[in-house]
Amino acid sequence: MAYARGLKPLAAATAVTMTAALALVFFYAPLDADQGFVQKIFYVHVPMAIVALCGWVAAGVMAIRHLRTGDRSWDVRSYVAIHLSVILGVGVLATGSIWARASWGHWWVWDEPVLVSFLVVFLLYCVYYPLRFSIEDPDRQARYSSVFAIAAGAFVPLNFVAVRLAESFTHPRVLSQTGGDLPGEMRLTFLVSLLAMTLLFVTLWKLELTSKHAEARLKRLRRRLEAREPAAVA
Amino acid sequence: MIRAARAILRKDLRLELRTKESVPAMTLFTVVVFVLFHFGLDRNSLDGSLASGVLWVTLLLAAIIGVTRLFAAEREQGGIDALLLAPVDRTALFLAKAAALFLFLVAVEIVALPAFALLLLGPDLLEALPELLAIVLLADLGLAAVGALVSALAVETRARELIVPLLLLPLLVPVLIGAAHATEPLLRGSQRPEDLGRWLGLLSLYDVVFVLLSVAVFDFLLED
Repeated sequence: MAYARGLKPLAAATAVTMTAALALVFFYAPLDADQGFVQKIFYVHVPMAIVALCGWVAAGVMAIRHLRTGDRSWDVRSYVAIHLSVILGVGVLATGSIWARASWGHWWVWDEPVLVSFLVVFLLYCVYYPLRFSIEDPDRQARYSSVFAIAAGAFVPLNFVAVRLAESFTHPRVLSQTGGDLPGEMRLTFLVSLLAMTLLFVTLWKLELTSKHAEARLKRLRRRLEAREPAAVA
Repeated sequence: MIRAARAILRKDLRLELRTKESVPAMTLFTVVVFVLFHFGLDRNSLDGSLASGVLWVTLLLAAIIGVTRLFAAEREQGGIDALLLAPVDRTALFLAKAAALFLFLVAVEIVALPAFALLLLGPDLLEALPELLAIVLLADLGLAAVGALVSALAVETRARELIVPLLLLPLLVPVLIGAAHATEPLLRGSQRPEDLGRWLGLLSLYDVVFVLLSVAVFDFLLED
């Protein structure tokens, strides 16, 4: 039960950090002078985006390990990481859209390079599912999914560079909102939120892996039982 | 390895010359799409960003056909088993397939670019030809590398025709950005291209990353 080890303390730490982050967001972080209350969505949106992107890149690294070692459990790890990141991605696009509507007046803005590249990457990772589940042979499924995870993982930074170049072409400006010039209280809140989101991701990832592992074991046991039953009747 | 790659490439080119499957279809497709854009946009001539966008989106869509067909002959006729049984490095297979796709794309563009200039383009294309050539070749290189990888990824799936466009188009967004932005000033008229170096640099970076990446992971595709 290597998967389940440490899951409980991890879950507890996640709950505590999550609560602390929410408390900081609502009671400690100052209101943004320019955008007001809606700016607080930043503490959900940006950590979610960072964690989703890191999850995708990490899935690529896990896929490399799968291809290197031939150990299929690494493919499952990579799959679960991609899956969770896609779910977070939906959240990122939704919160980004809300934030854009509130502060720029449009549900979608094309001149926000980070959001646009995120959309492209998100669309790419949505194809992971039809690709993975239209290959029947489990061994081949794992290998092809890993190749996809590696190619897409390398594509993530490349795409960001490309979209950033394209946007700065028409809108020469530096993105300072998420940069280092946050005031101290905001930065602390942001960092705690980021930590909470990371912990949440790791907890869910471990939980899903544990459940997948248990499921596989259950299936194996059932099969063994079925194989034995006719003999017992006879 | 180079010899094996050349042999596979020669086989692919001969097959294409005899069956005339991919290149004529892709070429015809580009011309049809140009006509569609004429009616869809309701414009008799295009220039600037509209022209470069139409040109590159059409070329990328045409590339989908080539990528879908890239392993089709082997798949349908069972030749892939023989190819995989042969003591040939997978890298040779990748190089051959990517080179075949590259040549197909160049062949398509030899017809598609004049057709575009004739049918839709307002400004004269000839003055910008050297720059355009560099852009097209760099973009084709990236397209060929990614196309061969995607084709090999999709060939074992049940829904190959669905997976290829879904997988290929998001992966090609940087190529579209680089190529369309680089082409745009060329199609605006007599202006000298600004920022050409930056976009060529982006395309080259993309090409290098995806050629290396494809060579590295291709071994794991098309096994057994």
